[in-house]
Amino acid sequence: MRMLKNFFMEFGAYLLLMKEAFKKPQNMHIFKRKMIYEMQVLGVDSIPIVCVISIFIGAAVVIQMILNLQNPIYPSWIYGFASRKALILEFSPTVISLILAGKCASMIASELGSQRISEQIDAMEVMGVNTASYLILPKIFACLLFFPLLIVLSIFIGLIGGGFGGMANGLSAFHYVEGIRLEFTTYDVVYAMIKTGVNALIISTIASYRGYTMKGGSVEVGIQSTKAVVQSSVVIMIINLLMTNLFF
Amino acid sequence: MIELVNISKSFEGKQILKDINIKFAKGKCNLIIGQSGSGKTVLMKTLVGLHSPDTGEVLFGGRIFNKMTIEQQIDVRKEMGMVFQAGALFDSMNIEENVMFPIRMFQKSSRGKMLDKVNLCLDRVNLKGVNKMMPSELSGGMRKRVAIARAIAADPKYLFCDEPNSGLDPQTSILIDDLISDITHELNITTIINTHDMNSVVEIGENIIYLHQGQLWWQGDKKNVLNTDNKELNDFIFCTALTKKIKENNDKK
Repeated sequence: MRMLKNFFMEFGAYLLLMKEAFKKPQNMHIFKRKMIYEMQVLGVDSIPIVCVISIFIGAAVVIQMILNLQNPIYPSWIYGFASRKALILEFSPTVISLILAGKCASMIASELGSQRISEQIDAMEVMGVNTASYLILPKIFACLLFFPLLIVLSIFIGLIGGGFGGMANGLSAFHYVEGIRLEFTTYDVVYAMIKTGVNALIISTIASYRGYTMKGGSVEVGIQSTKAVVQSSVVIMIINLLMTNLFF
Repeated sequence: MIELVNISKSFEGKQILKDINIKFAKGKCNLIIGQSGSGKTVLMKTLVGLHSPDTGEVLFGGRIFNKMTIEQQIDVRKEMGMVFQAGALFDSMNIEENVMFPIRMFQKSSRGKMLDKVNLCLDRVNLKGVNKMMPSELSGGMRKRVAIARAIAADPKYLFCDEPNSGLDPQTSILIDDLISDITHELNITTIINTHDMNSVVEIGENIIYLHQGQLWWQGDKKNVLNTDNKELNDFIFCTALTKKIKENNDKK
């Protein structure tokens, strides 16, 4: 009962913070500059980790397909086709979002938490700055705009990695590409983008809430950063399940 | 002028401020003194709206600050400048950007004009050539001076300083005190300073408020603070061996 009460209290506080955060920025020029900066640190700086993970997982997915679907009745394009479906529908939008939750959520929570405990947020508030909007909104917009680009990149790199993995295991490039192109539907990509947008919102808002409302000292920064990663990951998985049921 | 009327504040059942009534005069250095835990910082955070009082009113020039909407409070806050105990400089910005922040946020002027204002403020606190340095590259005293420059950059009507001398050597403390006092008189603003520093009290205390266990215990100025009969205030002021000796010598004379 107490846990339920705490959950609803936290959820209420989260919604109130988001209400403040989504207010019109006090200075649009500064907002744009901050958003570009956040795109750099949350998005562009995540490109290497996204590429590395995508290429290896893409290769592993195709190798597993080849090893587990060895039957003469299966057409040879099946490996490319199944890998494309797996990468576009689940691996890239969900697993990469979990990786981004680990990297970006901890970064957002620890940054805001450090600003909170060193009274930087108080200093801004005393100046008359709407700190929720100034600090949180650019991060949310940066994630919403850049994460879909990372996911498109992840799909592309994953398919290339799959090609390498397949060819190393005897799959011809022609059949792999044929499978990738077969019955391609944009609906899958649209679904992946919607899911990524929802995940971006989850990561940026939960992490911002954890950091912004932090109380205590430096130990709390670590605790809240961990909570931000764990909670956003759990919510991503729950929403993923709901969306899969809803869209298919 | 800032006025507190019947201000009380408690946290988790523990009362920190008890029915406080104070008037802070314009153009003067108003000092809040008291032991650690006496409620000085809570009082200052209540003044600037970082805490809301349980009862009572905070008035800025006759406007009831704690009963305003957030948008109205933001308008009043644009008239405030605050120096935090640890400076609270924005560590992702260099010194120039720190001082420029309140101007850039709310005033529409060219970058050249903003830069002139930044240099004027840094010049006022005797800091030159530090524009491109990061806060982590500065000493504690320099950081405090940057914090003062940032606080005065947007031409505030009200200046709040939370223990501006803490962690500083006596000479730098005197420099900071003189700076705050000069700025207060030059700009004719209402300045409120939380301090433990007895040198500040006797040097710049034009209106001194002594808080004891969350209550307003004594109010006066630097002329009568050393000659009061108030036992708790005397215990607070003359607690060190040096000040006790000075007091004994004065009493003998």
